[in-house]
Amino acid sequence: MRVEKHPVLGDREVGRLVAVRVDGREIVAVEGEPIAAALLAQGIRVMRKTPRFGEPRGIFCGIGRCTDCIMTVDGVPNVRTCVTPVREGMVITSNLQEEIKHGPR
Amino acid sequence: MVPDKMTVYDVVIVGAGPAGLAAAIEASKRGARTLVVDENGKPGGQLFKQIHKFFGSHEHRAGVRGYEIGRQLLDDAEKTGVSTWLDSAVHGLFENRVAVLREGRQKTVQAAKIIIATGASENAVAFPGSTLPGVMGAGAIQTMINVHRVLPGKRFVMLGSGNVGLIVSYQLLQAGAEVLAVVEALPAIGGYGVHAAKIRRAGVPILVGTTITRAFGDGRLEGVTLGSVASGGKVAAGSERTLAADTVGLAVGLTPLAELAWMAGCEFVFSPKLGGHVPLHDENMRTTLPDIYVAGDITGVEEASTAMEEGRLAGIAAAGSLGLVDSSSAEIDKSAVRRRIETLRSGPFGEGRRTAKAEILSKWAQG
Repeated sequence: MRVEKHPVLGDREVGRLVAVRVDGREIVAVEGEPIAAALLAQGIRVMRKTPRFGEPRGIFCGIGRCTDCIMTVDGVPNVRTCVTPVREGMVITSNLQEEIKHGPR
Repeated sequence: MVPDKMTVYDVVIVGAGPAGLAAAIEASKRGARTLVVDENGKPGGQLFKQIHKFFGSHEHRAGVRGYEIGRQLLDDAEKTGVSTWLDSAVHGLFENRVAVLREGRQKTVQAAKIIIATGASENAVAFPGSTLPGVMGAGAIQTMINVHRVLPGKRFVMLGSGNVGLIVSYQLLQAGAEVLAVVEALPAIGGYGVHAAKIRRAGVPILVGTTITRAFGDGRLEGVTLGSVASGGKVAAGSERTLAADTVGLAVGLTPLAELAWMAGCEFVFSPKLGGHVPLHDENMRTTLPDIYVAGDITGVEEASTAMEEGRLAGIAAAGSLGLVDSSSAEIDKSAVRRRIETLRSGPFGEGRRTAKAEILSKWAQG
């Protein structure tokens, strides 16, 4: 959900809107905002699952340190979505559709 | 990777937050060729998400909102000729060389003096379900709502009643969210009374002596269980109840981001009151390595106002040690800053930090 009106900051200035694909689904994002912000605005909160136990993970620290929000962007794995700006046409994928390949050690 | 030709500066500052920018302005104003390096795409650190008015006296810009102070700093940095590298991660300090990853390439910068102003990161706290999507740092929530104008949820519970927990709860209300409760394990509210009063007036309960015992939900957060804290830190039997929150903010303190100072070989002091291990430093913000200074939250977690003053102190001291200003005028400028820092640490809320900082200086004096 977007914060459209704000008592201190005023109305939201809408930047250039661009389309990106998230796990095959097209969503509209604001160019330059972090990928994680674009996903949260669409109500997408699960960004990946852990490889061993398949537990869901989403944004946690928001400053690029914890790596909980990593996804694959344009084929590059382990991209920190909270600090990576949206560009037009980005292809963003989680590992939610993949099989869990690594069993317990 | 082939390193680029070496770039040379008098003062290189790591971190373009309030401390780093303030340090850069003071050093540059005194004639130092100054470079600020920051891993983020935008300078200002965490100032631009701080939409509340700052406290303190007139000279601390009291009554001015954080992002306005941020704009002013950027403006001053530009006017004084500070160079800035953004999207550039410092990954190593080797004596007077700063290793930077910039535009996918390795760059090495030669620096006569280095000021580390890397700030702090939010603490996490573990409870069953704390890894569910929807449990996140209070600062991360603040960035989302105030900078990116996105609400990460609808119904929030905030864990921690320090100033961060209280301020972010109020800012969530301003952004149109519902805050079900602020939860505080200690028997008293941690932050300032004015911040607590604002959210209480808006009808948000602050539950002291209470903690989150678990978060639950199928693949995403659907609720939290609260419990009363009995003596010995145990949850009182029969005290558990649930709240249907979809997002939890963790406002349980910050830890200085001191990796570069560790790597460089600075000596450290452990100070729980200041957030953990902080580099030992003198009253000029100089570490045990003569060419490395520190400023801001890396020297102990405080507020942006204090971070800026410490940055100024480090900037003046670094320029002074390079012989760019005569020592008596540097001393006059530094005492003015130190007096303002003292004011910021005065009163009952500043007492813990004041004492902890004094301990660091006395450890320094003992050598």
